Amino acid sequence: MKVRMTVNGVPYEDEVEPRLLLVQYIRGMLGLTGTNIGCDTSSCGSCTVLFGGESVKSCTLLAVQGEGAEITTIEGLALPDGRLHPVQRAFRENHGLQCGFCTPGMVMAAVSLLNENPHPSAREVREGLEGNLCRCTGYHNIVEAVLAAARSEDLS
Amino acid sequence: MSILGHRVLRKEDIKFLTVGGTYVDDVDLPGAAWLAYVRSPLAHARIAGIDVTRARQAPGVVDAVTAQDVGLAPSRMDADEIPEVMARPFLATGTVRFVGEPVVAVVANSLAEAVDACELVEVDYDPLVPVVDPSMALDDDVLLFPEAGTNVVTSIGEPNVEGVGEGSLFDGCEVVVRQRILNQRVAPCPLEVRASAATFGPDGRLTFYVSSQTPFTMREDLAKMLGVDEDRVRVIAPDVGGGFGAKIEPYPDELLVAWLARRLSRPVRWTETRSESMLGIGHGRGQVQYVTIGGSRDGKVAAYYLEVVQDSGAYPQIGALLPDLTKTMLTGTYDIPKAGFFSRSVVTNTTPLTAYRGAGRPEATAAIERSMDLFAAEIGMDPADVRRANLIGADRFPFTTVIGTQYDIGDYQGALDLLLEVSGYKELREEQAGRRRSAAPSQLGLGMSVYVEITNADEGTEFSSVEIRPDGKAVVKTGTSAHGQGHATAWSMVVAEKLGLSVDDVEFVQSDTDIVKSGIGTFGSRSLQSGGVATRRAATRVLEMAKDLAADMLETAPEDVVADPAGGGLQVAGVPSARKSWAELSGAATERGAPLLAEVDYEFQGATYPFGAHLAVVEVDTETGKVVLRRMVAVDDAGRILNPLLADGQIHGGLAQGVAQALLEEFRYDEDGNPLTTNLADYTFVSAAELPSFECARMETPTPKNELGAKGIGESGTIGSTPAVHNAVVDALAHLGVRHIDMPTTPERVWRAITAAAP
Ligand code: FES
Ligand code: FES
Repeated sequence: MKVRMTVNGVPYEDEVEPRLLLVQYIRGMLGLTGTNIGCDTSSCGSCTVLFGGESVKSCTLLAVQGEGAEITTIEGLALPDGRLHPVQRAFRENHGLQCGFCTPGMVMAAVSLLNENPHPSAREVREGLEGNLCRCTGYHNIVEAVLAAARSEDLS
Repeated sequence: MSILGHRVLRKEDIKFLTVGGTYVDDVDLPGAAWLAYVRSPLAHARIAGIDVTRARQAPGVVDAVTAQDVGLAPSRMDADEIPEVMARPFLATGTVRFVGEPVVAVVANSLAEAVDACELVEVDYDPLVPVVDPSMALDDDVLLFPEAGTNVVTSIGEPNVEGVGEGSLFDGCEVVVRQRILNQRVAPCPLEVRASAATFGPDGRLTFYVSSQTPFTMREDLAKMLGVDEDRVRVIAPDVGGGFGAKIEPYPDELLVAWLARRLSRPVRWTETRSESMLGIGHGRGQVQYVTIGGSRDGKVAAYYLEVVQDSGAYPQIGALLPDLTKTMLTGTYDIPKAGFFSRSVVTNTTPLTAYRGAGRPEATAAIERSMDLFAAEIGMDPADVRRANLIGADRFPFTTVIGTQYDIGDYQGALDLLLEVSGYKELREEQAGRRRSAAPSQLGLGMSVYVEITNADEGTEFSSVEIRPDGKAVVKTGTSAHGQGHATAWSMVVAEKLGLSVDDVEFVQSDTDIVKSGIGTFGSRSLQSGGVATRRAATRVLEMAKDLAADMLETAPEDVVADPAGGGLQVAGVPSARKSWAELSGAATERGAPLLAEVDYEFQGATYPFGAHLAVVEVDTETGKVVLRRMVAVDDAGRILNPLLADGQIHGGLAQGVAQALLEEFRYDEDGNPLTTNLADYTFVSAAELPSFECARMETPTPKNELGAKGIGESGTIGSTPAVHNAVVDALAHLGVRHIDMPTTPERVWRAITAAAP
């Protein structure tokens, strides 16, 4: 089947198997391997991307369901001039990552969370990120990072 | 001013935050075939027949092999304790012994084709009676390895035949308390599952990518499997998405990838699914413990005895040897005059047990810390007071415990005092008393542990080299193998500090056996005190070499040469114009045939013993049994801290995993050996929503064992927090008559305990 979508501002058009998952398309066919796969039950959030501006777990969609969509992955998050997005910067400044495996999904989920709720409480951040698992950080610094990003001025 | 001890941000972060890491599954390997495994659906069965005919004919299939085709000798962990007959085959041979054991390997042009073809493999099984419960395995009614004649892999110590009466360890005790405690089996769950990929070059050398904590061990095992010299094998662990001990030991299903690549003369790759991983990657803990603690009513503990039945799973690996570390840390932070230990490790029809964050030490701490609380409850004393009455004094180090373990240095009393102060312990007890008085449905529980643990437990060496490149920057190559710990930053700090460079001017290399000369790896909280010290020594030697060279070039004495305060080179003290940059020095050294390169095999001076005190505050709903962790306060002392940012990160992660074991996580089987928690929907992996932010306070008591003064910090959080949380849950219900609840303290278990205790 044919599918067309825009990923990180670049239009793509590809012939895909109907059963191909969106995450497999992004990783395998587009070569955007920043988005990871951590489970097979839609539980971990490693595969989170922005789909029309909202976070989705890209293992829960088929590639063909991306028809016409605007998708942003971790590779497309930094500003065009190379400056980090405030969430990316806050993750670094607050040591919100260790092995990095959950990080792309976690960052995309955090971006989406702050879009919906620009000034969350720590509790709201924790509830909001419940679907994104991390085994390394104990979440403490991830929460710090999201709160710091919320405070940063250039988060538009 | 030295950079050491400062909060330096990680240099490795940018990549992970902008394009993501390069994990094995991200490595581009053109033309690679995909491997998938047919795994046993039964816990224990004889294999009556395997038919791969249809699978071989399926579209895209390249190969399908059974144990017979492979014909490799089983792989056995190199440990005398493990009987030869219990060695694990690469593919199940004659018998399957756990659900998830690989039986047939199918290789195809695409992953989807390999997975589809697995469905076409026909395996006939004759079911055998499974043994799932380790206590029942002891009966030897059903044997996993009939040739062994027993399910017991190995044992330590003697049973306590005297019991608690006259002539026993407990003779003369006013009070003796006994309890069976389950230290349940958990799944390590690194977020990146296992993966490996193999390709042979035109020269016949193997390059093997693998998600591993120990690339050099991997190289050894690959060479052995392939029957070639180690120099024919290159192992690369690219970015690794967490390990937690479960990626120390090479697994047969990841090694076989290389054997298949050679057989097919084609690159082969394999990435397990999470559901496979839950069964394939080793599990942690898995001890049934029987504690006996005795002493006097004034709170003095006189004797302690621990009996352990260690579940080893179907094939003994590191898991079978965990009781050794449990015994080493038997009496924890306490000066207990008499103690005894007895363990038996048994095989069961379950996933093999391996190291998991703490590996044998959390089990020791859990047992002694639960025992202290049981003892305190029995004599009606505050658990903090009982601990204080028995802690080893700060003036008594080095201290040798009754079991013979020699602790380097510590201040356990100081840690406890600080904990009680920063947590507001007294006020919390008052709040608790208030809630008890009002019989509120939500009761408060306080639980503590004062822990000590052993890091860098093995004897041996670790390698590091430091070299000045022609452009004046340094490169450090190390034998440790970080997978999230931040060594790139930490090791660069060590080199930068010595040589007067910036952290960014140090290139960090690890986990490639062709580029790093030798190494052991990263596990057991060993890295900084082994590889980190080796790095410091190598940098120191390079500095000395450079000073000699600069002195010669500048016609002065080496003692007069110092690092340029502005960085980037050396100069004659007080004469900034008499200066050589690192690039000049590197060039001159190479010209003279003696490059500025130092290689160090650092032989470390024995283990170190980090310690601390943790307090958990929980709220327990006595109507539903639901437990909420309100606060987690941690005081940790891992000696001198190189980078507090990284140290805190290690503690946070450890705390979360420790809390998770106490409250949530358990890998469960039914009585037929069918796993019940085989994916991340069923396994209650802890999320952000179940945790509070942590309150951490630090102490720094430098160890005399190495020049950095550093102990390990990777596992302390897990070791201290599990018993603290566990004790807190029981404490919340103590006034209702609850004495003990096994972990994880799920609402159901808590509710049952309350109901059972009701008068
Ligand atoms: S890979 Fe999509 S949620 Fe785990
Ligand atoms: S940083 Fe390793 S899983 Fe989150």
